[in-house]
Amino acid sequence: MNRILFAKTGRAVFISHLDLMRTMQRAFIRAGVRIRHTEGFNPHPYMNFALPLSLGVESRCELMEFALEGEAALADLPGRLNAVLPEGIEVLDAYVSDTKFKYIKWLDIEAHLFYYNEVHQAEELAAFFARPELVTEKRTKRQTASVDIKPLIAALEVTDAAPNELLLTARLSAQEPSLSPAQLLAAVEQLAPALKPDHVRVKRLEVFDKDMNIFR
Amino acid sequence: MDAVLERILLKVQKPARYTGGEYNQIIKDKAEVDLRMAFCFPDTYEIGMSNLGLQILYGAINAQPGMWCERCFAPWGDMEEEMRRAHIPLYALESGDPLTEFDALGFSLGYEMAYTSVLNMLDLAGIPARSADRKSLTPLVFAGGTSCVNPEPMADFLDLCAIGEGEELDVEILTLLRKAKKEGWDKPRFLREAARIPGVYVPSLYEPSYNGDGTLESVARLEGAPEKVTKRVIEDLDSAFYPTKAIVPSTEIVHDRVVLELFRGCVRGCRFCQAGFAYRPVRRHSTAFLLEKAKAALENSGYEEITLSSLSTSDFKGLGELTDGLLAWCEPRKISLSLPSLRADNFSMGLMERVQKVRKSGLTFAPEAGSQRLRDVINKNVTEEALLNSCRIAFEGGWNTLKLYFMLGLPTETDEDVVAIARLAEKVLHVWREYAANKSRGVKITVSTSMFVPKPHTPFQWEAQAGVEEYLRRVKLLRESINSRSIVYNWHEPHVSLIEAALSRGDRRVGAVIEKVWRTGGKLDSWTDYFSLERWLDAFRSCGLDPHFYADRERREDELFPWDVIDLGVTKRYLARERREAYAGRVTPDCRVKCMGCGADRLLERGDCDE
Repeated sequence: MNRILFAKTGRAVFISHLDLMRTMQRAFIRAGVRIRHTEGFNPHPYMNFALPLSLGVESRCELMEFALEGEAALADLPGRLNAVLPEGIEVLDAYVSDTKFKYIKWLDIEAHLFYYNEVHQAEELAAFFARPELVTEKRTKRQTASVDIKPLIAALEVTDAAPNELLLTARLSAQEPSLSPAQLLAAVEQLAPALKPDHVRVKRLEVFDKDMNIFR
Repeated sequence: MDAVLERILLKVQKPARYTGGEYNQIIKDKAEVDLRMAFCFPDTYEIGMSNLGLQILYGAINAQPGMWCERCFAPWGDMEEEMRRAHIPLYALESGDPLTEFDALGFSLGYEMAYTSVLNMLDLAGIPARSADRKSLTPLVFAGGTSCVNPEPMADFLDLCAIGEGEELDVEILTLLRKAKKEGWDKPRFLREAARIPGVYVPSLYEPSYNGDGTLESVARLEGAPEKVTKRVIEDLDSAFYPTKAIVPSTEIVHDRVVLELFRGCVRGCRFCQAGFAYRPVRRHSTAFLLEKAKAALENSGYEEITLSSLSTSDFKGLGELTDGLLAWCEPRKISLSLPSLRADNFSMGLMERVQKVRKSGLTFAPEAGSQRLRDVINKNVTEEALLNSCRIAFEGGWNTLKLYFMLGLPTETDEDVVAIARLAEKVLHVWREYAANKSRGVKITVSTSMFVPKPHTPFQWEAQAGVEEYLRRVKLLRESINSRSIVYNWHEPHVSLIEAALSRGDRRVGAVIEKVWRTGGKLDSWTDYFSLERWLDAFRSCGLDPHFYADRERREDELFPWDVIDLGVTKRYLARERREAYAGRVTPDCRVKCMGCGADRLLERGDCDE
C-alpha cells in the first residue's frame, strides 16, 4: 500500500479527524494525483489513517495509506502535496509499505505541562508515575471501568522546562489497548489532583512496532 | 498561537472556524502593506465562507499591491463568551491581529437579521458602535451588500455605504483612504471626499426630518453630498476580477463547493423579488469564459462539486452548451454538477438528464402562489400546465421527492388563493400517480410557506405585510386543506419575517432599536438559537417606535421613502406602474420579449442590457 508520513502542527491542530480526511482528499486532487475510489452506489476514496489524532494535538508521525488511480511517482509526492496543503500540514515522506497499521504498538509523545499559579518540580510528577500501579477510572460509552494504566507505559521521563512548565516524554501503548495522552493526564487529575496542570500541549513524536522498531 | 487562545480553542465547538490557515488564504508581508482591510461577515464562518461576494471581494482587494484584505466572522456564543472572559479582542483570521489594527472594516450586509451582529462584532473588537463616537479616521467602518439598498436603519453605525457591486468601488474607497492616511486627513474631510465617489453613501451627510404622522418629511443634504447615490455595476463581467483561487475551508461549511456565477440581474421581474430589481441590468459571462474559470476553480480547490449560480439559471442563454462542456470535463473526474434555481416553465428533459448523469439530488420548484390569478399579480410567469409538465418529466425521470415553495400574505391574496396551494400540490401528486417511473418507493411532496416580506425597491414597497395572526390563520386554512399523507406541509415562523419587514423598510430612527436589541443581548438574529421576538418588541417600545408602522402599513403612492436617496437604476415611477399592473392582474413580459423601460439600462455606458 502507498503511504505518506506527515506532520500536523500549528493552526492545523484544530482540524478535526473528519475534516482532515476531506482536506487530504482535496489536496490530492489539487496536486493532480488521483486517489482510487471504491466501486458502488456511493463511492468513497481508498484512504486510511493509522491512529486518529485528537483535536489540539500536534504530531510529526502521522501515517495515511491510500490507493492510486494508475501510477504516480511517490518521490515527487511530498513536494506536490506540500504545495497545496493548508498551513500546518506537511508531508515528510511517501513510500510503499507492506506493514499493517495494526502492528503499531507504541507511541512516543511529549507533553508540555503549564502551571499558571504554582511551581512544581519534575521529581514530583516523576515520583507519581513511578508508583507501582496507577489504577484509574476509564469511562466508556456504557460504563466506567477501573484500569491500571501502568503496564501501558513503556517509558516515562519528566524534566523541568521552565519555571512554570514541565516537559513529560513517554512511550505509551498505541492500541489494543491504547493509552492516550489525555488518559495519561487524567490519571494525574484523578490520583494526584495537586499536580494537575492548567494547560497541556501534546505532541506525537514517533510510532513503533512491538519490537520497538520505528513503524513505517 | 497565543497560549490563552489555544486553550480556549480546545473548549469551544468547531474551533477550526477561528484559526484561519486554510488553503488559498492570502498572507502578505506587513512591511509591504500600507492599507489593511478586514472583510467582516456578521454571521458564522460556515455561512460567511459560503458567500460568493466574500470570495470575489477578498480576491479583488488582495489583487491590489499594498492592500491586504483579511477575514473576520461572528463567533458563536460559546466562543464569544470565552473571548470576553479572557479579554481577547475580535481578530482577523489571516494574521490573528485585532480589528483595531486595521484601516478599514468592511461589513457584508446580505440580510437585515445580521444587523445586531455588526454591533456585536464592533464591540467584541473594542470599537464604538456609533459612527459619531469613532473620531479617528481609522478604522473606517463601512458596509456593502443587498441590505444596503436601504442603508438607513444602519446609518448611525456606518461611516459609509458602498452601493452596488464592489469589485471596483471598494478598491476606489480604499485607495482614497490610503491617500487620506498618508496626507493626514481627519475623518470628516475623508468622508466629504468619499461622498464624491459614485456609489458611496455617507449617512452623516444626510439629515432626515419627519412629519407628525411619523413618515419622512425631507432629507437635508450637507457639504454638497449628492442628491442620489447611484448603484455601481460592472458593465463587462468578463473583464472584472473572477475568483478561481477561492479559500478552501479546512472544516465543513454550508456551501462546500465551487460556485460558478453565470450572470447578474434577472430578466423576469417577479414583483415581490428584491434581487430581481436590485441587480438589474442583466449582464452575463461568456460561455467560453465560464468553462475556463470553472476548470481553474475546480483544479485550484480540489472540490468535487460545482454549482451554477444566478437568479434564474435556466434563463442563461447557452446553458446547454455550458452544461455539456462542464460535464465533459467533470464526469471523468467524478465531479458532480448541480443546477439550483430552475424555473418550472422551461425545465427540459435534456437539461435534467445532463444533471442526472453524475448525481441525482432533490428537486425544488417555487411557484410562490397557488392560483394563476395570484401568480399573475406577482408576475411569476409560470403556468400550472408548465409546472405539472415539469413535474411529469421529473417523475418519469425517477425523482420521487419534490419541494414546492410558496409565500403567504402576498398582496390581494384571498382564502381561495391559499386553498389553491393545496389543490396544486394534489395535482402534482396526481401527476406522480399517473407518470412515476417507479412507484414502489412512494413519493414525498413538501409544501413550504413563509410570510411575505415587502422589500424596498420593489413594486410592493408600498404594501402592508399581512401580519402574524393573519398569516397563522392562513397557515391553518392551508393545513386543513391538505388531505394527503404524501404531502408534507412546513410553515416558517412569522415572527422573524415581521422584524425583517420592519427593518427592511425602516428609517434612521430604527437604528436606536437595533442598538437597544444588541445592548440587551441580541446577536445572530437569523438563528432561532438567538432570535427573541420579545427583545425586539421591547426595544421598539423603549425607543417609542412601532414595528407595525414599518411592517404592516400601506404607504401612500407619493410617500417619500428613507431609501429614495439610493438609485438602483429601476425608477420609482416604473415600480409604481408595476404595482398598478399587479392590482390589475396583468403580467409584464420578461426583458427579452419586450423592454418595459425600467430604467436600469441607464447604468450601462453601452446602453442596452443583456448582450
